[in-house]
Amino acid sequence: MKDGREVAANGFEITARFIEFARFARANGLRMGIAEDLDAARVAVSRGVASREALYWALRSLFCRTREDWERFPALFDAFWKCKEPHTTTVIVEGSSARGGGTHERPAGAVSWDEDRSLAGAHGRDGRRSGASSRRGLARQDFRELVKVDQMRPLTALVERLATRMRKRIMRRLKAAPKGRLNFRATIRNSLPYGGLPLKLALRRRVKRPPKLLLLLDVSGSMSLYSMLFLRFARVIARVFSEVEVFVFHTQLVRTTEALRERNAERMKERIELISLGWAGGTRIGHSLRQLNDRFGRHVVARRPIVVIISDGLDTGPAADLALELNRLKRRAGRLVWLNPLFGRPGYEPTAAGMAAALPYLDAFLPAHDLASLEALEPYLAGL
Amino acid sequence: MRELAELEARLERTGYITEQGLVLALALAGELSRPLLVEGEAGAGKTAIAKAFADAYQRPLIRLQCYEGLDVNSAVYEWDYQRQLIAIKLHEGRRGDQELEHQIFSEEYLLKRPLLQAISMAEPPVLLIDEIDRAGDEFEAYLLEVLSDYQISIPELGTIRARSAPFVLLTSNATRELSDALRRRCLYYYLPFPSFEKELRIVNARLPGISRRLAGELVSFVQALRGFELRKKPGVAETLDWAAALVGLRITGLDQERERLAQSLICLLKTREDQLAVNPEMVGRLLAQSLLGADGTRD
Repeated sequence: MKDGREVAANGFEITARFIEFARFARANGLRMGIAEDLDAARVAVSRGVASREALYWALRSLFCRTREDWERFPALFDAFWKCKEPHTTTVIVEGSSARGGGTHERPAGAVSWDEDRSLAGAHGRDGRRSGASSRRGLARQDFRELVKVDQMRPLTALVERLATRMRKRIMRRLKAAPKGRLNFRATIRNSLPYGGLPLKLALRRRVKRPPKLLLLLDVSGSMSLYSMLFLRFARVIARVFSEVEVFVFHTQLVRTTEALRERNAERMKERIELISLGWAGGTRIGHSLRQLNDRFGRHVVARRPIVVIISDGLDTGPAADLALELNRLKRRAGRLVWLNPLFGRPGYEPTAAGMAAALPYLDAFLPAHDLASLEALEPYLAGL
Repeated sequence: MRELAELEARLERTGYITEQGLVLALALAGELSRPLLVEGEAGAGKTAIAKAFADAYQRPLIRLQCYEGLDVNSAVYEWDYQRQLIAIKLHEGRRGDQELEHQIFSEEYLLKRPLLQAISMAEPPVLLIDEIDRAGDEFEAYLLEVLSDYQISIPELGTIRARSAPFVLLTSNATRELSDALRRRCLYYYLPFPSFEKELRIVNARLPGISRRLAGELVSFVQALRGFELRKKPGVAETLDWAAALVGLRITGLDQERERLAQSLICLLKTREDQLAVNPEMVGRLLAQSLLGADGTRD
């Protein structure tokens, strides 16, 4: 700040360089807005460039919004600032490798401004390319065709109705509060017709929030007939309710809440396809539930959500594992519901080892093979 | 850079050991006058940041603890209805209606809750909004409005502008996704559990009387314990409790009085499952490990 003149001389170039970095970060998925660009520039001019270390921390706080961002930032920072000497200003270079680790800096001035830019571009493209290549092993089924459009429409409508109804009922129940603390604001309003005498008391109770919903979808081979249908189901639910978490699992567990919120249908499809890698493999329900309990248990399964597992229960892992993990999950869940598409078939008995082991832990075990059975599910979700 | 060093020194004088990233984040938040959102494991010291910062600059600390169902009336302001009613009765027929109305809707009858309090102080306070993830979406939206304009409108009284912009610190345990809008408004810092060196410094700063050897060993033990799958991992506060307990038991090294030591673990393990999971055998292994580990770092 004290070197006002120096800053004025370098200011423009530094600023440009920072905006370049902001653009690079955005191309790589950090979600900050223009305000952060401007702030980055302000930081750059006023203080940030005294040492690389300081710059690193300042930009990290400024550009990151979530823990995921926070963890990805070091790689992005290094990719942009470290793999060459920025030629625009010498100030940045001083404290270069203070953060440790191998420095792979090229000699000063070896990289021109234009090359910088193409480097940033290459990184952006790189990310996308690796995405594409990891998709290569996937059996390329078009999910939309798994279920015909004319079957889809009534279901989507039904699910939307179901979700809206759930919400309405819950809200109605919360409004009528038979006992609770005195609500002064409402009591005084009520007393108007009585000339200010508080004859009609209004009471207040803590407003309950609608319960949180946690959907776990089995997308393994044996479920492939149903999985896309239930993904759509999950998608609508996720849109109507703010507090929904959706996971899919086959041999691994993947969090898909964000992917389902994707507004752009094309991009959602892409993301889900990526996620469904290993779509036709076996199921390890117990193992997937353990991942849920271990990695997400404390945060995602907080506040006693209604947990809905949609699976045929054909587990290739040991049944004891499944029982153990269900028990753990049940302790955190408000209610544990299992939907089984096989259950609706005539003559089905839950005799598969996994399913049999799971039964004692469930609050409800319901069929889910057609629209009617899904509709029958409603009181279970709404009637809590 | 000098101001950063000063900020760090001031924080450390209050007994809060920081790291460079956090110091910078605090400095930036002040400079850009934006709130700072701190996430991290429960017990990593998020709330303590605000206390230390307020202490360091001798600023008042206003704390708003969020909970499910927190509403505007308990976070921002509420009229003192009881007093208003009494005032109406007392002055009935004696004063003009207008005058009375003016009186009962004056600041005198206004109960200031933390948010209003924070923006109406002459000297900018430190406003800690703790566990914002517990409050509802509606409150979050309201908070956004307050934080962007630093003003609060009360229909009966008019708009109250901030007399000074408070330094705002939000903490979250990520039990719920915060809205993008709120995240966008804030600077972000992720506070993990402290490293061995940092935690050792914390213990030494808070318990000056502790022997160097014990401090090293116990910190090493806690660090190893956090590596296990526990329902509730011990935070820094637990470490300090345990350290104080060991000092109280006159234990000067983890190789003494195994039995008492094992009993004192109740300071660290706060659920029955965890206490069962960490069986004597495991404690033995952990102890051996931390004795070695602490030796290694001391040399």
